[in-house]
Amino acid sequence: MASVLVIGEAPDGQLSATSAELLGAATRLAEELGGGVACALIGGALSSAAQAAVAAGAETVYAADHESLAQYHTEAYVPLAAAIVQQDTPQAVLIGQTSIGRDLAPRLAARLDTAVVMDAVDLAVADGRIRATRPCFGGNARQVVTITSDPQIITVRAKSQDALDPDASRRGSITAIAVDPVAPSAAVTGKEQVQSEGVPLNTAEIVVAGGRGLGQESAFRDLEELASVLGAAVGASRAACDLGWYPPAQQVGLTGTVVSPTLYLAVAISGASQHMAGCGGSKSIVAINKDPGANIYNFCRFGVVEDYQKVLPPLTAALRELLQD
Amino acid sequence: MDAIVCVKQILDPEMPASAFKVDEASMTIVTPPGVQQVISPFDAQAVEAALQLRDAAGAGTISVLSLGPDSARDAVKHGLAMGADEGYHLNDPAFEDGDSWTTALALSKAIEKIGLPDVLLFGRQAADWDYGVVGGMVAELLDLPSVTVLRSVEWRDGKIGVSRVVSDGFESVSTTTPCVLTISNEFGDPRYPQLRQIMQAAKKDVTVWTPADLGIDPSAIGAAGARVKMERLFVPKNETQVEFIDGDSPAEKAQALARKLREAKII
Repeated sequence: MASVLVIGEAPDGQLSATSAELLGAATRLAEELGGGVACALIGGALSSAAQAAVAAGAETVYAADHESLAQYHTEAYVPLAAAIVQQDTPQAVLIGQTSIGRDLAPRLAARLDTAVVMDAVDLAVADGRIRATRPCFGGNARQVVTITSDPQIITVRAKSQDALDPDASRRGSITAIAVDPVAPSAAVTGKEQVQSEGVPLNTAEIVVAGGRGLGQESAFRDLEELASVLGAAVGASRAACDLGWYPPAQQVGLTGTVVSPTLYLAVAISGASQHMAGCGGSKSIVAINKDPGANIYNFCRFGVVEDYQKVLPPLTAALRELLQD
Repeated sequence: MDAIVCVKQILDPEMPASAFKVDEASMTIVTPPGVQQVISPFDAQAVEAALQLRDAAGAGTISVLSLGPDSARDAVKHGLAMGADEGYHLNDPAFEDGDSWTTALALSKAIEKIGLPDVLLFGRQAADWDYGVVGGMVAELLDLPSVTVLRSVEWRDGKIGVSRVVSDGFESVSTTTPCVLTISNEFGDPRYPQLRQIMQAAKKDVTVWTPADLGIDPSAIGAAGARVKMERLFVPKNETQVEFIDGDSPAEKAQALARKLREAKII
């Protein structure tokens, strides 16, 4: 029995960065709660991910490893996750606030007759229970909550927690979980990958993002050019995505991807709360917006109050020159 | 094709961030003057999805269901004005100050009382507390398949085909009915009710149920049954001070910004 069980993700057989962050958080929480750290993995070809989970802090890994699980399926994953939680009986379960976690966590909580808190950005222990801080009201407010039922299930925002340094000398046990494939009522019949050719949004060190204020879809080509100079990923506000200017997979915000790069360069983005909820964790935010009263400037290190169309070409040229040296 | 859409009435999430205030002592949101309550935008999109599914199927009854205080009746009425047929409102002091769990429990009992439809629809999350839990919990309590965060739904002769938004693109999923679907902003704009439809909806009855009507013990719902306890509510402080870049022309400002970024070792 561990005090904290992490339900990790291993797309393509590799432990995700978020899973390692959760194992880091679990290690810190378990120290205060006085117990161990376990990791549940559900997927296909998990052996290297299981080793990585041990190196990232798990003392016990439960691996439900089957080729039919390579892709997430609610009906296959929920019973396996529930079975692992019932086997391990942890005090708390941490799950990433990802596409999978958003879908899995509510059903898992209901199945285990407990509660779930979504999208925590800070975790602490008080009176032997976890206190989770989470943004709400589109990022306008934060609430601190505890769960009074057991186990305490919490989804955690990517990049809000620090992973431990991976240590291959750590020892842990790996327990295989029996998998009995089911024919799902809701079956995945296809996948449309909208992978941008450039840098992936969620791991990028620099993100260049555009909003409704760009006024036209074609402006994203200019952002892509600037991004290529900086080695950056390109993101878009929800308004820009809803207008069809950029793929939803590139949306930065509460309902899209949460990014926390070193530099977030926001072009013609007003900075609605729900957008700031997706980029507020960036080390430095820089904005180009012709409205000096735009909300984004409340979060910025540097701002350029100008029409972006007049700033982007010289900025791209200046950065290209600077980065060539 | 019968559907029930679960909706919530909330403080307008599009209000300016500067108007947003909380009362930390009572852990409540202060409603600024002039800011209205509205149907949660994702929920209006869920009503739209239900109406489109019915159009594709040719016939069916669309019901709108909401749990909340007196003001929640307006969310039900909004759904009716969009074109739904029947309205249900779970309204009783015992329902108040619950959490996702107590809401899911009460909604699932109401859904059983109405009669399980082909499709249960929800917004991906309520645009106030931003949990996104109730749809999945209702699916679990009623033992139904669920597909969440959808950008499109399609009626296929008794089955449903959907496109699900995932981190690296879209997944096509086919599900049997009855099922639970949650709708995301990518679905597109919902229809806006016309004055005539709003007047017609105003005349329609909304069925009001209390915990006793649903056979629920009041200790299982609302504040008494809640399992998530709020310790604190606050507006995060933001101490960032912006430095506006000076320059005689846009090009000069651009060059100055590039230099600043390098000096600050950001690039």
